[in-house]
This record gives sequence, structure tokens and C-alpha cells, in this order.
Amino acid sequence: MIPELGQFALVLAVGLCLIQGVLPLWGAAVRNADWVAVARPAAAGQFVFVAIAFAILMQAFLSNDFSVAYVARNSNTALPTMYKVAAVWGAHEGSLLLWSLVLAGWTVAVAVGSRGLPEIFAARVLGVLGLISAGILLFTVATSNPFERLPVPPLDGNDLNPLLQDPALAIHPPMLYIGYVGFAVAFAFAVAALLAGRLDREWARWTRPWTTWAWMFLTMGIALGSWWAYYELGWGGWWFWDPVENASFMPWLLGTALIHSLAVTEKRGLFKSWTLLLAIGTFSLSLLGTFLVRSGVLVSVHAFAADPARGVFILMLLGSITGTALVLYAVRARNMVAEGGFHAVSREVALLLNNVFLVGATAAVLFGTLYPLFLDALGAGKISVGPPFFEIVFLIPMLPLLFLLGLGMHTAWRTMQATTLLRMVRIPALVAVLVGLIVPWLWFDRLSVLSAVGIVSGCWVVAASLRDPIALWRSQRRLPRGQWGMIVAHCGLGLFVLGVTVTSAYNIEIDESIRPGESLEIGSYELGFRGLRNVEGPNYRAVEGEFELRRDGTLVTVLAPQKRVYNVQTSPMTEASIDSAWSRDVFVALGDSLGDGAWSVRLQYKPMIRFIWFGALVMALGGLLATTDRRYRNATAPKPSPATDTLEDAA
Amino acid sequence: MWRYLIPVLLFAGLVAFFARGLQLDPSYVPSPLIGKPIPEFTLPTLADPNVSLSDRDLRGELSLLNVWATWCVGCRQEHGYLVELAAQSGLPIYGLNWKDDTDAARRWLQQLGDPYRVTAVDADGRIAIDFGVYGAPETFLVDADGTILFKHLSPLTAEVWQREFLPRIAQAAGQ
Amino acid sequence: MKLWLMVLLGLLASTAAGIDINDDFDDPALQERYRAIINETRCLVCQNQTIADSNAGLAVDLRREIRAMLESGASDQQIVDFLVGRYGDFVLYRPPLKRTTWLLWASPVVFLLIGLAVVGVTLMRRSKQPIELDGDEWAPLSFSPSPSTFSTWRLYCCRFGAARD
Repeated sequence: MIPELGQFALVLAVGLCLIQGVLPLWGAAVRNADWVAVARPAAAGQFVFVAIAFAILMQAFLSNDFSVAYVARNSNTALPTMYKVAAVWGAHEGSLLLWSLVLAGWTVAVAVGSRGLPEIFAARVLGVLGLISAGILLFTVATSNPFERLPVPPLDGNDLNPLLQDPALAIHPPMLYIGYVGFAVAFAFAVAALLAGRLDREWARWTRPWTTWAWMFLTMGIALGSWWAYYELGWGGWWFWDPVENASFMPWLLGTALIHSLAVTEKRGLFKSWTLLLAIGTFSLSLLGTFLVRSGVLVSVHAFAADPARGVFILMLLGSITGTALVLYAVRARNMVAEGGFHAVSREVALLLNNVFLVGATAAVLFGTLYPLFLDALGAGKISVGPPFFEIVFLIPMLPLLFLLGLGMHTAWRTMQATTLLRMVRIPALVAVLVGLIVPWLWFDRLSVLSAVGIVSGCWVVAASLRDPIALWRSQRRLPRGQWGMIVAHCGLGLFVLGVTVTSAYNIEIDESIRPGESLEIGSYELGFRGLRNVEGPNYRAVEGEFELRRDGTLVTVLAPQKRVYNVQTSPMTEASIDSAWSRDVFVALGDSLGDGAWSVRLQYKPMIRFIWFGALVMALGGLLATTDRRYRNATAPKPSPATDTLEDAA
Repeated sequence: MWRYLIPVLLFAGLVAFFARGLQLDPSYVPSPLIGKPIPEFTLPTLADPNVSLSDRDLRGELSLLNVWATWCVGCRQEHGYLVELAAQSGLPIYGLNWKDDTDAARRWLQQLGDPYRVTAVDADGRIAIDFGVYGAPETFLVDADGTILFKHLSPLTAEVWQREFLPRIAQAAGQ
Repeated sequence: MKLWLMVLLGLLASTAAGIDINDDFDDPALQERYRAIINETRCLVCQNQTIADSNAGLAVDLRREIRAMLESGASDQQIVDFLVGRYGDFVLYRPPLKRTTWLLWASPVVFLLIGLAVVGVTLMRRSKQPIELDGDEWAPLSFSPSPSTFSTWRLYCCRFGAARD
């Protein structure tokens, strides 16, 4: 009975979303204040019903209700409670419900946070969000009902996929969704501006914090996923350029471009139609990612194609949401051209170039990801586009971007003397070149051109970011928090670049067979194999190896990689054991028993790999600083005289 | 102004590609060997390891080459149909026993019936690589001069036989 | 995250890492080439893994074949031809440059050139327009804690930089 209530709650939520979508938008068009006022209560109502549905599904997992097909497929009585919770979003139906819950959460946040905005504008934003929610919920109810019952409930469930039984992966999907679903807010702001037919600097100030919040969560979500892939899959890679990964990375790239373009629109009232297009594009890429992941048009996610209705439905959803916005854009954007000049050396141009490189990178990733599909659809053969392609192609826009970033941070709005700019970055440039060339030489005693370029770029970004704080610290001045956000985020990017370059240039990987009592050398470390023991987990059994990691004869730590076999889904799982430090990770994964007591092991030495995730975390921290700048709090606080649009104001 | 139409036009093109893509199977990889002569091989037969089967034995008449193994679930599914097909069509079917335990393979044929004229044993999978095999069962249609006409991946059924094989056999016979 | 969605689908036939312990060549150059090739070859069984990472039987066989070919002196191109002849271009994670793929390989440069052309045109147009001076970055709004403006702060920094020389 209770799961049916969940389904009923979803249906009610669809109804409320439609009300939230249609009435306020219509009311805004015909200037009916009563209809406009429906937006906030409807938003709150749909959130409550989606949350009820979500809670009911979670309760079904916690109470082992295997009469619900989704629970039976993805849970088991022996599954630890934490993973029962995570299993709610462990597969298609539940993760779609999470998608809806996250969107409903953002909608309520906008409903609360938009009290200071003009009523009509807020109603339009909420209306657009309501229509998107209605579409996603309809998709859930029509093709992917998580509450579907089994006629004969099994005695026990099929268990959650072992790969997903991991703390980082439990929180990765919520983070990721909060991020890329959050771009729906910027999208709704853009469509509301198009509906109103005008856009001013206030608009950009309202949109910026929402966009940055979403970006921050997406940054953390992607980093978590990458970290998980690194330690859980047992291969030691951290990014694979798989279509599913690209699906979350493209909104991130374009969202980053949007953040920068919004800065220009806010400060100078320029790039208006361009910013709108980016806001539409970023969320459209999120939707596109959802389509790619769930429709089975690319190899990565083939098995979802089991139900072609899903692919068709979500393509129609993508087509109508993005298509409508782009048609509106085609009709209205021409009225939003801003006039205003700037000079070749100015922050406007720096940010314009930033956008060119970020959009270029997004386009290249998108094109590469979809190219096999294009060829196949044209009957021109089957190809694979993988990491070797993306690694080359991604560098082409990224290297100039990193170079320009250090300059761009120090440019002034409107115009600036080129010589002044160069004088400002002289010292950071010198530091970057010296540190970037000498340190790797001393530390690793070899240096390739590409790694030198990468390390110098990373150092350059960090040094250029730190220039202002150092100068200010000496002069006892203070920076506004938004500025700190920019500096910290750019520093994070620099650390990330350093991590990526050093790891890929200097990692050591050894696959070897080893017997108890023997030892292997990796870099300056020695790894001794003491032996094996059997371990019993809550829902798995494992063989655990015991390895002593030594450096110069001193014991550093004992590593214990496992090879697990889960009781229900019996495929073997590799649990790597990692000793991590700032400067390096030592990674051991246990392979197969080779007979005679010998085991295959994979040993990896990964210098500075922590910088990759730490850098991403620092970037996200920069986003947090930027969003909490007080001028945004002022911008959305209730104001007596709305600036854009009032009920009396004819659009 | 026309330039504001560019995004929506590009997007429409993309949606058209996706709509087409939904009808395709992205994981299906067509064999580059179609239209090429079968790879050379000489392998021991399952019945008697001292006797060998080679690619030359397949020439002379239209035949099927079926890649199978006892560990393969799909092979078990199609086996009944293969037995039926061998009896009905009169077409010679050659077996390629892929990376398998030969004793288990012999027992399998004893128990389930032997549709094959001869089964060759590819214990280390080397010849299967030459045939571009990546998932058993796979069935090749080979014409009289040893050219590969068609390759079917996944279990063979009466429906597949009607739809994919018969027209090609008729065409090969007509030439 | 690659995989969490993929994994939802049960696509990974084997989730244990493929660890290839037989890859010791006497010649480190051969070893290097071997690792490069197997890391760019797609496994057709678990289609989202390279044959270096996959534990599937076919991946093991292909690694063995490639090792044997390298030891008998085959060139990288011969090995690629060997793979493509049997499985098609699909096995190559690095798409070969040919009639159907030149657009793919040219795309990043084309996108950038279009972008830079747009910047060029915009700049030509905008630099002729008057630069108006009533933007809000002159107002204390963006610098609430301090009365100084962004621009004076910048000037200060410039002077600071100059003073150090």
C-alpha cells in the first residue's frame, strides 16, 4: 500500500508542477497578479510531494520491501544500512527520482531566495522550472516508475552492484545532480529574461550566485567520481574520457564559461545575448548528458536501450525544453544587443577569449563524443573516439587558456596599458618558469617538453593568482570576498594542472607476480609481501594481502589490498590499498592467484596525484567564497522598488 | 537577424541525429572480413586430434562456420536449431570450438547432438582472432570459393536464418 | 563516474582489474611500445575497457598476440593493421586519420578559428565605439568593505610592482 502512495505522490507532483508552470507564465503574460501568486505555493507543494515519494522509496529500501521491483533488483537484507540509503539512487529509476528531488529543491530555494526580485520575473523563473520538473516527473511516471510491484516478491534482493558499495560513490550522484541540475536555475533566469524581452545588469547579478553554486557542486561531484574511479576500479586511472564522464564534464566547461561571461554582463552590461545563449546551452548540455546516459545511443550506456521508449521520451523532452528556449532566443535576442566599447587590452577581451577557449573545448569534447554516432547514423562505419583523441584535442584550447588566465586576472575593465599589464605579471612569470623547469629536474631528473609546458603552466597560474594577495598583504589592504573567490578558484586550477601533469609524466606502474616473502621495488620504495588472510565482510568474503611498504629500510605502512567476492553478485572485485601523501600515492591492487602461492599485483607510484582532487576542492572553495560575497546578499534581499519588471510595466 | 537562428538550427540537426541514433545499436561492430577470403588455418579436429581441418577444406561448396564453446550460454540456446538446420538444409556446418575444454565439448556433442560435419579445436583462441571473433556464438556464411559472405553475432534462430541467411544463399547460388 | 552509470547496467563483465604480469620484455623500448598499444586498443567484449585493463579472455589473447608480434619485430603500424583487419576501426581508441575522420581531427582547430574570428570582428567593432564611464565598478558596490575602487586598487598594484624594481 505504501509504495502506491509514493506513486500517487509523484502523480500529484506532476499536477502541481504543471500548475506551477502554466499559471504563473500565463499570469505574467496577461498581467494577472492572482495567477502569478500561484508560483511559490505550487513550488513548495511539488517539492513536498516529490520528497514524500523519495522518502517512501527510501523506506522501502530500509524495510527490505522486495515486493517493489526496484528494491528487489538493487538491495539485499545483508546490505549495510548506509548502502541501502545510497541504493535509492543506485540505478535508473531511483536516480531519476533523485534528479526530480534535486530540481524541486532548487526550485524551492529559488522560491525563497527570489523574494527580493520583481514578482513577474520570479514567477517566470519558477514557471520555467515547473515545466522542466513536470517533464522529468512525467518521464519517471510514464517510463521508469520506481514503485512498480512484483507479483511474487523474492525472498531476498539481488543486492546493490558491488562497485557502488562505497562511501564516495554514495554521495557522488547527489553532488553531481545538485551541480548539473542546478544549471536549470540559470536556464530559467535566461528564459525569463527572453520572455520579458529585456536584460540588464541586475539580471546578471541575480543569476551569478545561482550559477556559481551549481558550478561548485558540479566541481565537487566530478572530483568525487574521479577519485572513486581511481581507487575503486583497481586500474589507478582517474579520468577515462568515457561518454558518461564527458556528459558531466561538458556542462562543467560551459558553466565555467557562463560564470565568466556573467561577470562581464554584470559589470559592464555587455555580452548579453551571448550570456543568455551560454545559460541555455549549459543546462541543455546537462539534459543532453541525461539523454546520452539513459538512452543507449552511445556504447558506454548500451544496456539502457532495453527500453527504447525511454530514449524517445527523453529526446522529446530535450527537444522541447532546449528547442523552445532556442526559438525564443532566435526571436528575442536581437533586442538585447548591448552597445559599449572596450579596448584590446581589457578585462572584457580577456573574458571573451576565456569564453572562446572554454566553448571551443566544450565543442571539441561534444563533437568527439558524438562523432561515432554521426558516422554510424550516416552509415559511414564504426569508430571509437577515446582518450588518445581527447587528450590531444583538449590541450589545444587549454594551453592558451592557462597562459591567458594569468594575464587576464590582472587586466582592468575597459582599457589598460599593455606595458602595465606585462609589468604586473613579470615576477609571477619568472617564478613559474624557474620553478617549473628546475624543480622537476631536481626531483625527477628527467623532463619532457610536454611535462615542462604543463608544469610551467600550472606554476604560472598559481603564481599569477597569488600575486594580488601578496601585494595586498604587504600593503595591509583587504579584498572583497568575490575577488578572493576568483583568486582561490584559479589557484585550485593551477594545482590541478600541476597534479595532472606530474602524475601523468612521472607515474610508475608495475604489474608483477609475487610470492609471500618476496618483495618488489618501485621508485625509492620497497614493497614486501608478507602473506594472505581471509576476511569476512557483512555481505562479501575477501582475500586480503599484507604488504609492507618500506623506504630505505624503514617501514612506512602496511598495505592491505583485497580481492572481494560479494555473496549475491558473485563477480570478483578489486579493492586497492593506497598509501597517500601530499607528494605521492603508492597504490597496490591484488590480481589473481597464479598457483604455487604466487599472486599477480599491480603496483603504482603516482607523484602528486592528490593535487588533482585537492585542486578541484580548492576550485569549489573559490566558488563558495564568490557566492557568499555580500553584494549578492544585497542583490536578492527584499527591495521596495523592483528594477526590471513590475505588474504595471508592460513588456 | 539570421545569426540568432544558428543555435536553434544546429540543435535541430543534433536532434535529428539522435533520433536516427536511437534506432541503431552502438555496440554492434560489423566485421571487416565480409567479402574477404577466410583466414588460413590448420587445426586439429575434435573427433580425432591427429586429423586436421584447414581453410582449404571449406572451399568447394557453400558452408557455415559456427564458433561455439561449452561455457557459452548463447551456444546452448542455438544448438537445438543448429541440429535441426543441419538435418534440413543439407548445408555443411563446420564447428570452431573456441577456447574450450575438449572433453566437455565432446560430451556436449554426444548429449545434445552433433550438427557439425567437422569441428576444429582452437584451444588458445589464435585462429578465432584471425576470424575477428569477439563473442560466441558467431556464425559465418562462406561461399564455394572461400569468401566470407556474412557474419551473424548472437544465437542463430529460424527467424534470423530466414531474414539474413536465405537471401544471401539464394544470391550466391544465382551467380 | 565513468562507471557508475555504466555499472548500473551491469555492463562490466569483470570488475576486477586486468593485471598483466607477462609483460616483461628484455628491451625496455619494446615494453614501452607494448604498453602504448594495449592502452589504446578497445576490448570488444567489455566495450568500455582497453585490452590493457580488461580481464576478458579475448583481451588476454590479444595481449599475447601483440606481445608475440612485437617480439618477432613487427612495427606498430603492422600491429594496428592486424587489429583493424580483424575487428575494424572500432578497436582503435585513437581514430585513424582517413576520409571519414579528418573532420573529427580538424574540429578543435576549426572551432577555435571560428571563435577567434568572432573575437576579432567584435574587437574591431567595439574598439571604435565610445567607452562609457558609468559602469558600476566605479561605485563602491563591488568593494563594500573598502571605499577604494577597483581601479585605484589596480593602480596601486601597478605602482607596487614598479616600486619593486
